[in-house]
Amino acid sequence: MTTSLRTDAPTEPVFVARRHPGRWVGVCVIVAIGSALGYSLATNPRFQWGVVFGYLFDPQIIAGLGTTGALTAIAMVLGIVLGVVLATMRVSGSRILRAASGLYLWFFRGTPVLVQLIFWYNLGYLYPDLRIGLPFGSALWTGQTNDVITPLTAAILGLGLNEGAYLAEIVRAGLISVPDGQREAAASIGLTRLQAFRRIILPQAMRVIVPPTGNETIGMLKTTSMVSVIALADLLYSAQQIYARTFETIPLLICVSLWYLLLTSVLSVGQGWIERHYARGVRGATGYRRRRTPFAALTGTGRRAGVRP
Amino acid sequence: MKPVDHSVTLHNVVKRYGQHEVLRGVSLSIPANTVTCVVGPSGSGKSTLLRTINRLTPIDAGTVRVGDQIIGYEQRDGRYHELSDRQLCRQRRRIGMVFQDFNLFPHLTAVQNVGEGPRRALRLDAATARNRALELLRRVGLTDKADSYPGQLSGGQQQRVAIARALAMRPELILFDEPTSALDPELVAEVLAVMRQLAAEASTTMVVVTHEIGFAREVADAVVFMDDGRIEAVGTPAEVLHPDASPRIAAFLSGNLK
Repeated sequence: MTTSLRTDAPTEPVFVARRHPGRWVGVCVIVAIGSALGYSLATNPRFQWGVVFGYLFDPQIIAGLGTTGALTAIAMVLGIVLGVVLATMRVSGSRILRAASGLYLWFFRGTPVLVQLIFWYNLGYLYPDLRIGLPFGSALWTGQTNDVITPLTAAILGLGLNEGAYLAEIVRAGLISVPDGQREAAASIGLTRLQAFRRIILPQAMRVIVPPTGNETIGMLKTTSMVSVIALADLLYSAQQIYARTFETIPLLICVSLWYLLLTSVLSVGQGWIERHYARGVRGATGYRRRRTPFAALTGTGRRAGVRP
Repeated sequence: MKPVDHSVTLHNVVKRYGQHEVLRGVSLSIPANTVTCVVGPSGSGKSTLLRTINRLTPIDAGTVRVGDQIIGYEQRDGRYHELSDRQLCRQRRRIGMVFQDFNLFPHLTAVQNVGEGPRRALRLDAATARNRALELLRRVGLTDKADSYPGQLSGGQQQRVAIARALAMRPELILFDEPTSALDPELVAEVLAVMRQLAAEASTTMVVVTHEIGFAREVADAVVFMDDGRIEAVGTPAEVLHPDASPRIAAFLSGNLK
């Protein structure tokens, strides 16, 4: 490749990087919009920042925050467990297991989660009494549906069962992204199918599973706000109860939005950590990323034009 | 439990994919501690034949024996009962395999790839498994690559790690499925050198599906020529890899059959 280099060249050539005038125009527009927005946020008294920050640590808001966080966590755990089971059924050799899993997905993805929430909350209308026992046999346990289905259990069922259907597809995508050769290689060194799944398949599938699951978790955090329809006192419902009394609607919605933003930021950071963990052995993606200065995006490669050998 | 014999015996092995018969009743006997090369045009069923030996490909009829064990089945009260996953894994631990596309575990380093079998399947402690893996990497000349991920290795290096991974289980029998077919021409020699060295040690049975006729001539004790799901010829390399052996073999050797 270097055959054309002339040994008698007096000086080394200087390379100058391309300029990007379009980027500078973009930056100017963004700065203009940003400063206008910032100015209005700071000077418009109707935002009532005093009220916003006054309610930030209100006991009712904090209690709602706890409910939202716990509900998100429980619904996601239920969803992940269901998702793994449903995805395994969906790639199983049994036609009946595959069909059952498919039917579940069809139903829970095919109806609005809001309907599912209200449905679970009103389960007592369809089944006033619940009993656990063998079909046609005597009951081991019986009880009133309305004692079991509280707003909280209805919310967990509605959100978790619905989430399971979505996560099933995410987990399945992860499983089929791992080439068959990996299963064969694991089998050839004498790993059982369970060992192969845990040690070989799942760690590789996780690269595909984690990003959309992070998305789902952040989505779930906000979907939990739907439980206000069944009168469960989550973050949004707590704020609604307060502004129904004080009519400070906008400041209270800003207040809870700040909390939602904080929680989603924490979740995004956590997702980044998990992704980096599973990027072992993979070039690109998040694995070998170099630190870049904020202006690197403007100037191109982040490395100023220089002399190339 | 310790079998003395690790010969391979196939009896009337049949494999179908739908209507297509890939193996049409193949019978073959491979003595212990020998090197057998399986050659033939593509689509002749040679890779399928190899994969039936450790039951990566389950068969439709016939039996595969390694030593005194029937692979995939257990004889009880006059019937053959299909083995559980756990029992099949126990059989597979005796049989190493090297794949065309290496199939290294990309999320594990070279030494972890080699140590995974001893650690998980043989349940050795971490230090013993690691030492065994390092020793095998030394044997294939990759001591300095122990902590590299497969993505950082050349094809030839990856295949040598894969050979070390197969050896780590101390198998009595190693299956090679076209181990050099996915390699750039200049990397083939390093893999063949490792296999040659392995063949010279003569403590394991090797079955090698290959397109490397030169390697087969030089190293094999026996050569099997397969064509259209059947064995066309078996014998010493000189007997089988000779144009006079059959018109099909003559065509294959002259490069008219691929």
